[in-house]
Amino acid sequence: MTAREIAFVVVGAITALSALLSVTTKQVVHAALWLLVSLGALAGAYVVLGQELVGLVQLLVYVGAIVVLVLFALMLTRAPIGPHPQIDTAPWQRALASTLGGATAALLASVLMPFFATADVADDVPGTAQIGEAIFGTWVWPFELLSVLLLVALITAFAVSRLVLQREGEPR
Amino acid sequence: MSLVYPAALAAVLAGIGVYGVLARRNAVLVLIGVELILNAANLLFVTAGSRSGVPFAAGPVLTLFVITIAAAEVVVALAIILVMFRRFGHIDLTATPDLTDEPEPTDGDDAGEAVETSEAGVVDATPPDTADQPSERDRQVPEGVS
Repeated sequence: MTAREIAFVVVGAITALSALLSVTTKQVVHAALWLLVSLGALAGAYVVLGQELVGLVQLLVYVGAIVVLVLFALMLTRAPIGPHPQIDTAPWQRALASTLGGATAALLASVLMPFFATADVADDVPGTAQIGEAIFGTWVWPFELLSVLLLVALITAFAVSRLVLQREGEPR
Repeated sequence: MSLVYPAALAAVLAGIGVYGVLARRNAVLVLIGVELILNAANLLFVTAGSRSGVPFAAGPVLTLFVITIAAAEVVVALAIILVMFRRFGHIDLTATPDLTDEPEPTDGDDAGEAVETSEAGVVDATPPDTADQPSERDRQVPEGVS
């Protein structure tokens, strides 16, 4: 194992362990905080793979925005502080869930690992300059479409959060 | 560096995400599982894009696109969860849904809930509520006195 592989295994172990904690912890707010650790470590994994731009965007958008948004949602829905047994499903359902999760992981691993067994990180991994040229050259129309998607999502969030669900005839 | 390790990490993250989606009752925590699955897909994009001979820098560019789509998705999902919380008072996805058509007998239960909600500062999208409550209280107090 080269030093780079050891570095990847370390950040990958942090990512996997904190992801596991974020789906198994009994404390609601801790789940979001473990997700933050997991996504931050994954940004480190991108940097080890040689994709600094993707790692930094991951840090900005996921760690900086999405996890904070999740924390806000937990606060607005009055997440209970302290251990809370009601956030998990019944034990038999959790057993089934772990079986399905393990099966998904095994299936993906059995397909992907032989596929990447002989592959190595290329020396000419596209750098930031090439990524920028590709986005504003080849991928410019999908990129513009994404800005429309973000606008639609913004308006949708406004419209949905102003929605007041009520039965007909119910006095407000 | 061999690409087996990132591929294995992507598989593990996807499995953990599937467990998170299936084993949680809180809607926000289900969303955390979805985020983990999306990150597994991102890692797979970056891994595949790290091989030699990938045209148009497809791996990192598509990863950036997926991150953007994930941000849009999480915004809409959290808005829906907030509406659910304001209407039902909980975000438990396994709770039996209330499908009745008749309005509930209003013995002040709903009014009390509405006051509580607007006092707690949960997205204040119903200004009529806060305007109505004091007037109702004012009306009730003289009745109690007389």
